[in-house]
Amino acid sequence: MPAFLASLNPGWLLIVAGVIALFVKVRVVRQAISIIAPIVGILMLATAQHGVDHMTYETLGIKMSFYRVDSLNFLFGLAFLIAALLNAIYALHTDNKTQDGMALAYAGSAIAATFAGDLMTLFIFWEITAITSVFMVLQAGTRASYFASMRYLGIQILSGVLLLDGIAYVWHYQGDLSLKAFTDLNQPGALIIFIAFGIKAAFPFLHNWLQDSYPKATVTGAVVLSAFTTKLAVYAFARVFPGQHELIWIGAVMTCFPVFFAVIENDLRKVLAYSTNNQVGFMICAIGVGTPLALNGAVAHAFADILFKGLLFMSMGAVLYRTGTTKANELGGLYRSMPWTTLFCLVGAISISAMPLFSAFVTKSMILSAVASTGMVVVWLMLMFASAGVLEHSGIKIPYFAFFGHDSGKRVKEAPFNMLLAMGMASFLCIAIGLPAFIPGFGYEWLYSLLPYPIEAASYQPFTIGHILAQLQLLALAVFAFVLLQRLGLYPPEKPGVILDTDWLYRKAGYGAARWIDTVWAKLGPALTSLFRSLSERAYDRLVDTFSPRGVLARNGVAGGMAVWTTVILAVVLLLSYLTS
Amino acid sequence: MILETLLVTAPDWAVRHSTVLIPIVPLVVAPVLAMSPSGRLAWLVSIATTAASLYFALLTLAIVQSTTGGVISYHIGNWAPPIGIEFRVDSLNAMILLIVTLMGFLASIFSWPTIVAEISKEKAGLFLCAFLLCFAGLCGVATTGDAFNLFVFLEISSLSTYVLVAMGAGRDRRALPAAFDYLIMGTLGASFYVVGVGFLYAATGTLNMADIAAQLPALGANRSVQVGFAFIIVGLGLKAAMWPLHQWLPNAYAYSPSFVTMFLAATATKVALYALIRWMFTIFQPEFAFEQALFTWVLAPLGMAAMVICSFQAVFQTDIRRMLAYSSVAQVGYMILGISLGTAAGVSAGLLHLFNHALMKGALFMAVAGICLNVQGTTLRDFAGLGRSAPFTMTAFAIAGLSLIGVPLTAGFISKLQLGYALFEQGWWWAVLLVVFSSFLAVFYVGRVLQAVFFQPPANPSKLRKEAPLLLLVPLWTLALANLYFGIDASFPAGLARDGAVAALGLEAFQ
Repeated sequence: MPAFLASLNPGWLLIVAGVIALFVKVRVVRQAISIIAPIVGILMLATAQHGVDHMTYETLGIKMSFYRVDSLNFLFGLAFLIAALLNAIYALHTDNKTQDGMALAYAGSAIAATFAGDLMTLFIFWEITAITSVFMVLQAGTRASYFASMRYLGIQILSGVLLLDGIAYVWHYQGDLSLKAFTDLNQPGALIIFIAFGIKAAFPFLHNWLQDSYPKATVTGAVVLSAFTTKLAVYAFARVFPGQHELIWIGAVMTCFPVFFAVIENDLRKVLAYSTNNQVGFMICAIGVGTPLALNGAVAHAFADILFKGLLFMSMGAVLYRTGTTKANELGGLYRSMPWTTLFCLVGAISISAMPLFSAFVTKSMILSAVASTGMVVVWLMLMFASAGVLEHSGIKIPYFAFFGHDSGKRVKEAPFNMLLAMGMASFLCIAIGLPAFIPGFGYEWLYSLLPYPIEAASYQPFTIGHILAQLQLLALAVFAFVLLQRLGLYPPEKPGVILDTDWLYRKAGYGAARWIDTVWAKLGPALTSLFRSLSERAYDRLVDTFSPRGVLARNGVAGGMAVWTTVILAVVLLLSYLTS
Repeated sequence: MILETLLVTAPDWAVRHSTVLIPIVPLVVAPVLAMSPSGRLAWLVSIATTAASLYFALLTLAIVQSTTGGVISYHIGNWAPPIGIEFRVDSLNAMILLIVTLMGFLASIFSWPTIVAEISKEKAGLFLCAFLLCFAGLCGVATTGDAFNLFVFLEISSLSTYVLVAMGAGRDRRALPAAFDYLIMGTLGASFYVVGVGFLYAATGTLNMADIAAQLPALGANRSVQVGFAFIIVGLGLKAAMWPLHQWLPNAYAYSPSFVTMFLAATATKVALYALIRWMFTIFQPEFAFEQALFTWVLAPLGMAAMVICSFQAVFQTDIRRMLAYSSVAQVGYMILGISLGTAAGVSAGLLHLFNHALMKGALFMAVAGICLNVQGTTLRDFAGLGRSAPFTMTAFAIAGLSLIGVPLTAGFISKLQLGYALFEQGWWWAVLLVVFSSFLAVFYVGRVLQAVFFQPPANPSKLRKEAPLLLLVPLWTLALANLYFGIDASFPAGLARDGAVAALGLEAFQ
């Protein structure tokens, strides 16, 4: 590997590759680019020196650092690169230039933002992720997806603008844009940046763009979207706001409230969108705790989440691709015709449920231990409830309603091979990082060795009797509850319907108000316009009457008028002279 | 730099007599031209004459700039003032002399084609004789240091101007009433001036300006001095087209031969303004209470009224030359507003605008003259589509038009900026708003023409239209490029204006 590649931001490579892919008509070449670029990127990242500003540039007094790897962002970058590779494989059956190119550029900009060494660089790529990602939704081509993508774009750009606003404050008051942690939200600009990050992380009440857009994206688009945007925000929080105690409560609420929506939601991809909220909540909560153990847990969980959430979105994408729907009431019994997809979906479902030997167990237990060590009982209980809820909606509901449950009678082909390959690779990784270290350095120990605080991570033991028992009890309880409710017919049935979330406020009430104002204006506007026009016409007529060649000023005989004026001016000047002397 | 070489290479007699030679050369040559058998010969002689005056004006400027104190005093016939007539040049009138002679020179170059087109060849000699007389009169007003001599030169220039305007009758008969009106009103102004001088002579017993200035403080609040001052201000104000005493100007500019319009617009009102400044700042002092009152209650309001009202009138004109004429009155309003501040910055801004206005109005009227040669008419309709048939002429027109609006990177912007600074210094921010509003009106009246010229189809496509002759294009583009150059590097005109203001107000005003 040439030396210069080791100091080049792999994100930039992906962006350039993505832009090239936009213009490559030959499908094979384009797909080769999409697969080779992330692999080269992984090699580049592996050889990059840590803790050094590789690419710097100074403009307008702002020092910009484009590539800085350290133990915190390394794992995020690696996960993004792996996700980009899996996405490329998953998309092999399609032939869509815009989607391939934009997906690659989106991944690249998320990676470039992750390795940014200063706030301004972070902002630049933050905005590029917004612009490139909107095509994932837009490419679905439906009317609903068009409006959803426009709402999505608006909110993402709002986040970027807020970020820039905050950066401007920081620049003005501190004169330094280096990426360092804010200790106090009252610092100039910190709160604005906090909100900007919060939008991307889908904080409660700022979360609607996620459930709005992900389910309306294309088959591959949803998979691509699930990996980057929210996790980039998690990284940004871990970088800039570690140990910010507000985050504990925000994260705890984030884990709980989606459970209720996810349980009653009919569209399985929307269930996964809520589940994204829920998982990000665990990470945000851990960042709020801010101890080395908690930050390790947040980073590790983000890594695992990118894999298992991607896997679940892939499996639902495969179902959507073959059956044309992801509505729970239209699905069921697909295990007969899509056995491999069923298997991989189950791996993803078990992983997200944090079953021992699967990925989330080794990552989430760190978060739970860290929260437990703070002594915040209520938060801990909320997280436990959410863990059970995860199993309820993602672990059981998704595979049960899609592949088992009542038979929908659909008999379709198994998913295309490339999809199965991508799902298989994701499943392998989900299991691989969840296994105990039978060979030292492999299994969960490999993941732990890459965490921001490897020494603390090495001393942490996930596979203790206590952890395993607690988790199994939780799971058993959740399964029992599901079975019981299902038997008694109390579990919310799979029914089509619209669930009101807080976005009702702006999508219905706000839109209605806008429509009302529009109607009123349509009535009032012409009246005002004609009033304004008649007023301005009258004023214009006045001007013409006064100043035009036929107007008042040009009317009198020239010489006579002048003589009068001369006298008047003379009189005024004389009068002034008398008065002032 | 150029001025220094000029001073070094000049012969001794030229250095000694340059001041008096500026008006005398054209004055002597003029009667000879009247007898010239060939119009073309007369034209060539007139170019040589104005060139000579330009040379002497530059020489005078060089001498003024190189001598300490910056004053040349020339005693006619070696009769020492205050008995004899004195020609007195300082930085203020050296600048005015440069403008007048330069514009006269450029005008005489392009005069031939327009004379051929608008006046018969037989009258060319007489016409150019009148032109040189007018030129000599204006130069004389700007050189003399004697109050009555100034009146004489003013009358020389005015009487010849009436003739010049009336010569436009060959193209448009309305030139005759315009000339008659101008005759009546010009005489009114000149009489007022001479009445005022009479009052002052009665009070001081002298006609020499420096001598009057020396005696005035001792007289105190003398009624006859005040009455004399009032008459002089009104008389010169009329000559300078100070609103509302401007009404002779639109018709005179609109119907006189196009060459005369260009020359008058660039010089005549400027010279009268110079005389006004000379009387208000050098002879009388701004410290006199009645002069302060005049500034605040008469000149400033009239200047602002001119800016706004005449800009409005310009917007509604259908004839391009009338439009430009009204715009000239509005521009005089800017200068008067600057002068009426009575501060160093204000006077220097007024003088700078005076210089720049000569450049832009000269170019505009010259371009119009070029159009008159090929198109028999100067209404807006006649100008439609000219951008395609006469691109060089109209591009120069556009440059000067933008300068008239005050677009950045043109000379007009610099002087309006200076005026704005001067107004702000005085705390008259509302007057700055008026200047901006008036410039906004200029956008309309210039924009209307430019839109017709460049974006409308020709009104009568079958008519043959072509570019103005090279004889006109060269001086036209000289002025247009000067508008651009002085918009980027304004050090030369700004230096002239500053020196002029120093001469008017004294050096201590700048401290």
